[in-house]
Amino acid sequence: MKYYDHSSAPLIDPRVIDSMVFYLRESFGDPSGLHQLGIEAREAVEESRRMVANLIGSELGEIIFTASGSEADNLAIKGLSQAREKYGRHIIVSNIEHHAILYSTKTLERHGFEITLVPVGNDGIVDPDEVLRAMRPDTILVSVMLANDQIGTIQPIHEISDIAHKQGAIVHSDAVSAMGRLPINVKNLKVDALSISARYINGPPGVGALYLKAGTRIRPQIEGGTQEGGRRSGYENIPAIIGFGKAAELITNEFPRRKHRLKTLDALFWNGLKNRLPEVSLNGHPIQRLPGHFNLWIKGVDSESLVLMLDERGIAVSMGSSCMSHASKASHVLIAIGRNPAEARCSLMVSLSPNTKESEIEEVLDTLVNVVHKLRKIMGTNNPQI
Amino acid sequence: MIQPNTILDTYGLLCPVPIIKTAEAVAQLSYGDILEVQADDDQILEDLPAWCASHGHTLVETIQDNGEFRLFVRKDT
Repeated sequence: MKYYDHSSAPLIDPRVIDSMVFYLRESFGDPSGLHQLGIEAREAVEESRRMVANLIGSELGEIIFTASGSEADNLAIKGLSQAREKYGRHIIVSNIEHHAILYSTKTLERHGFEITLVPVGNDGIVDPDEVLRAMRPDTILVSVMLANDQIGTIQPIHEISDIAHKQGAIVHSDAVSAMGRLPINVKNLKVDALSISARYINGPPGVGALYLKAGTRIRPQIEGGTQEGGRRSGYENIPAIIGFGKAAELITNEFPRRKHRLKTLDALFWNGLKNRLPEVSLNGHPIQRLPGHFNLWIKGVDSESLVLMLDERGIAVSMGSSCMSHASKASHVLIAIGRNPAEARCSLMVSLSPNTKESEIEEVLDTLVNVVHKLRKIMGTNNPQI
Repeated sequence: MIQPNTILDTYGLLCPVPIIKTAEAVAQLSYGDILEVQADDDQILEDLPAWCASHGHTLVETIQDNGEFRLFVRKDT
């Protein structure tokens, strides 16, 4: 199987797996315990926290481990809003945020908060002036993702942060999809909170984190324990946290090489595709996007059929968003950038890894082009609306 | 108005975390220093006086304001 769905589910680095094995097999101390086993577990967790903090340029105490990026998003949106509601009840988010953000805002709406969805342009970029226009005296929180999980578009977060802070609001950014593909520094971004996840840096599933700038109040969403300083209760997933720390350490050390490699593969894939296949374009901004991440509009081809036919030929890609593949709904992101539902169903996500070989790219391009030609021939007669 | 040497914000945190953090913060103080503990869990109104009594410190003042609490602890040992 040739795997090109790294933006949805990257493979776990074998070195990360090795770092976790001891904590799966032999180390069973409770990090909250007073005995030696507990102390050892506590020290291992804190070392991982240090690695994660180092990755994003934060302080140690500003990292709250969660079970996923989605949980970090929920904690951020609900926890920050509830903590600040004496200052106002207006929240601004972009209309292409991950559903973990959008559905969290819907929950807050039911409790009397007002939400403004800032639109994006056809290139998927949030215009900071649109954020400025949406700001009100009672705006308490602005949340815009660093890079979109579907179209890969990179947002001007530090400009948005400047606008929000001038008017007294705090800023959260979902950086989950940007991990491993963009350098992330919370001070440069000027954010007050940031969601991250281990699996996008080839770490294990089941662990994420919320960066919360020191002094920023938050209402915990999972209560009942003392873990994570009371900000996120629940027995720690120690092996996964250890894996997260290891993945963070590896990315910190290897990022320049990864970045260069992804840019090289990106050019190889995109130039190769454009030269072989007419009527294919990128959804989102062609340059301000995550390297190695492509959301392709391929005219005349249903993406579900394409994904299935490629799978039969040993190539794994995805259609639309990874979360919504089973729902078969038109992606809200593609609709937001101006695609109609029929066009949205012609979209395909291909994401490369730094470990992808050039020869594999040639092979997948050949197969993709072959399958597209077959499908265009079939669908040209069966689906006149595309 | 009491001027604290250090402020500990435990907003959003529930028992026993505010007391755990208070103990950590007081350990860092010098004799006679004042720690202001900010909280919104009303359990602290019961817990902190008890903790001060059992550890030899003095709860100097408590201010309640619309569901938020400010408690001033003087380190006496």
